[in-house]
Amino acid sequence: MWGYVNKLYARSDNVKAYTLLTPALIFFFCVMLTPMLLTIAFSFFTQINMNEIDYSFTTDRYVEFFNKPLLTSLLFKSVKISFIVTFVTLLTAYPAAYYIAFYVKKNKTLWLILMSLPFWTSYLLRIFSWKIILGTKGVVNSGLITLGLISEPLSFIMYSQTAVVITLSHAWAAFALLPLYVSLDKIDYSLIEASRDLGNSRLETFWRVTFPLSLPGVIGAILIIFIPTVGDYVTPQMVGGVDGRMLSYMIQSYFGKVNNIPMGAVSAVIMLAAVASITMIVSYVTTKLTQRVA
Amino acid sequence: MEQKNNSLLIYTIFYFLFLYIPVLFLPLFSFNDSNYMSFPLSGFTFRHYEDMWSKAPVFRALWVSIKVGVIASVVSTVIALMAAKAFTKYKFIGSRVSYAAVLLPFLIPEIILAVSLIVIWLSLGFKLGLVPVTIGHILFCTPFCMLILISRIEGFDSSLEEASRDLGENAWGTFWKVSFPLYLPGIIASLLLGFIISFDEFILAFFLSGSDPTLPMYMWNQLRFIKKLPHVLALGAIIIVATTFVVLLAYWLRNLGQAKNKDFKI
Repeated sequence: MWGYVNKLYARSDNVKAYTLLTPALIFFFCVMLTPMLLTIAFSFFTQINMNEIDYSFTTDRYVEFFNKPLLTSLLFKSVKISFIVTFVTLLTAYPAAYYIAFYVKKNKTLWLILMSLPFWTSYLLRIFSWKIILGTKGVVNSGLITLGLISEPLSFIMYSQTAVVITLSHAWAAFALLPLYVSLDKIDYSLIEASRDLGNSRLETFWRVTFPLSLPGVIGAILIIFIPTVGDYVTPQMVGGVDGRMLSYMIQSYFGKVNNIPMGAVSAVIMLAAVASITMIVSYVTTKLTQRVA
Repeated sequence: MEQKNNSLLIYTIFYFLFLYIPVLFLPLFSFNDSNYMSFPLSGFTFRHYEDMWSKAPVFRALWVSIKVGVIASVVSTVIALMAAKAFTKYKFIGSRVSYAAVLLPFLIPEIILAVSLIVIWLSLGFKLGLVPVTIGHILFCTPFCMLILISRIEGFDSSLEEASRDLGENAWGTFWKVSFPLYLPGIIASLLLGFIISFDEFILAFFLSGSDPTLPMYMWNQLRFIKKLPHVLALGAIIIVATTFVVLLAYWLRNLGQAKNKDFKI
């Protein structure tokens, strides 16, 4: 009997693979999937008072969410800010990734390490350094005053959506640089040369050959930046002020001082739904685009 | 390969300056003899460092972060190593779905992970504290550790392991005598980077830790008071230097004994 089991075990890659995956999958089910399903369940309950929750099913919290202009506007603003951040980050990182992929010959590894190093330094400290730079008495304002260019501190650069966009574009740069570099580096350079030989200008070559071939990296970067930034809490809190506030602020207060867990769960579920649907649209559109190119 | 493009080179240099300079303001102002972080600089001092050194809560929070970080990085490296082995060695049904499942915590907003963990933890009737923080960190570190380990394992010829099996060593013996020594630099890199991720992680700790602050939470709490900022600058500067050192060490280890110019991964 055991001999047979052993033989079966030795033969089946499926069994062996899943034996190795057991801890990872148990962790996924217990610490990620179940808690998320439970959160969805809580979004259908009602908070009666500080410690009591009514567990009867209701969709009232969702109605409440969409009837509160504050919540819907924060949701809209979260998505909008993340869109802008993703766009700005990609646009600014692309030329740098392009340069390293096509022009750097010596010490490529060094450039790559330099590219990814900022990602590993504390997220909180990176955001904090922007507070030092953009603040009313910060580097920009005090620098400009010392130089005599302005007499009053510029107030619009701190505690605004602009501050959030600048800070997040800096914080997530490595996540754009790396996927862009990887996909650009894979491009067969003879394709670009062929395009040039056939009479396309540099710009035409870029639009018709290089950019389409780098789309996998572009999509990767879009998803890897857009998804997490929608739910970012630290940046809007630290540099956003009231103008730059995002939905994460309300989620935190529902779970904190307001103590309305079902309402917090609704906000989290809606945020996740928004992120998931946008992600699906982006991947659908880009797969279609890539297919057309190929 | 293209020959030269000076305008693109200048742009790239400026972009790297944009990436690096903001972070360097922390160390710069940590030596500035003033309580405000503004120009002009008013002189060199170590007093912010002395101030930080004299604060007991800093060391309490540091100890908490180290404990959580060590446990989280060890557990996630073990989970990630087994998973990485499964994905690189076997072709199996559902491998793509399982791969996505392991990577998912890295792809969804962290605040949602934190909120879900609060909901389940409180429903089970437990108190918030460092245990749920550590569990959350393991969930969050595992995808990173797995990606690091996969890139290491893929770099090796599996015929070495097959040879060991053919020569009569069992699976366990093969793992300890052949695979493990080959993976070791990758495993250490995974431990170090997992530790750094946990050490720097803020959101999960902020939502789940209750009254025991980790180091990032300690800093967050101080940032609200303008007078307490300078010693946070000193602390931040030390953290940045230490983190950079550990990360460079991990990079060096991960590439040890591997062919150069391979695909670069996170």
